[in-house]
Amino acid sequence: MRRRLLATAATAALLVAGQAAADDARRSGQQFMSPAVQALQRDDAQNPAMLWVQDGEQLWRSPAGDSGKRCADCHGDAARSMAGVAARYPAWDAQAGGALNLAGRINACRQRHQQAPALQADHADLLALLAYVGLQSRGMPLRPPDDARLGPLRQQGQALWQQRLGQLNMACTHCHDQRAGLRLGGATIPQGHATGYPTYRLEWQGLGSLQRRLRGCVVGVRAEPWPSEAPEWLALEAWLAQRAAGMAVETPAVRP
Amino acid sequence: MADATTPAPRVRSLIHGLDKLRRGQPGELRVTLGHPMENGLRHDGFGNVVPRSIVTRFECRLDGQPVFTADLYTAIAANPYLAFWLRADGPGTLSFEWTGDWGFSHRETRAIDPT
Repeated sequence: MRRRLLATAATAALLVAGQAAADDARRSGQQFMSPAVQALQRDDAQNPAMLWVQDGEQLWRSPAGDSGKRCADCHGDAARSMAGVAARYPAWDAQAGGALNLAGRINACRQRHQQAPALQADHADLLALLAYVGLQSRGMPLRPPDDARLGPLRQQGQALWQQRLGQLNMACTHCHDQRAGLRLGGATIPQGHATGYPTYRLEWQGLGSLQRRLRGCVVGVRAEPWPSEAPEWLALEAWLAQRAAGMAVETPAVRP
Repeated sequence: MADATTPAPRVRSLIHGLDKLRRGQPGELRVTLGHPMENGLRHDGFGNVVPRSIVTRFECRLDGQPVFTADLYTAIAANPYLAFWLRADGPGTLSFEWTGDWGFSHRETRAIDPT
């Protein structure tokens, strides 16, 4: 009986998959927001995240570290050199011998080429640079690299996505796959596609990283979050990038 | 070596709409100021009240003449955004000034020459 149900479900899933090519069931969190918040993101003259973008542009052109080098000295005009870059992270870095997300990439650049200290995950300067670099990929589809070395990380991230956590004993998938579109308190549960980070959240009254958002969920199910530098965050980010592959980058997004 | 944990506070503002001004016609200006608008009702991790620190006044002047002013209060969110309409009949200098608690003051000036 159970097996037959499963078989029926599988057939249904195949039928859905057939349609999905034309009609992707994935929705950006933007489509779960109120029209007022959508307008805030749509209009750069209203989007408060543009304050950080402006900061990032200044940092891009300012010398940093003992070398006194600026980002622009090597990378030139960000509008050209950084177009599409944010859409393909996390990526493998041969020199680091591991995967790096965009923040890790910026910090690696700071340490290797600028002789500057790495910035912490939620440092305002790092958020500003992420917002500025991310903006150059806005509207482009997320393209996680076709790199087998990232496979284990993505698998770890997918496992974490399905791993029950905390006193509430819930996994990411329970809300963001199974109950997306329903309400959690006063808020609509989005599908959890990380397409617009760093994101200006009205709740934060400021710009924040994906790690901060994930940390909020982990605390929300009453689990103890991993430390800031733990590999679990990167694994989740790698899985989320894979999960949202092809969706448009929205950085810097606005969320309630 | 620069401190990697605490960034230097930078006052930032965005001013939009100046390039769309037309001579003798009303045009919309949009200004955003980067400011925490701390309302004085919150507590920090040690249970102490975080002192109020908000922007209390915004003034926009065209060649010294006020064209738009606003009083701001604690219920206004961080990074206050204001939009207002302005008609300029010729070239001039616009000044934007925000003032607030603890001697906060930020001023921007822009030369305009509507066509």
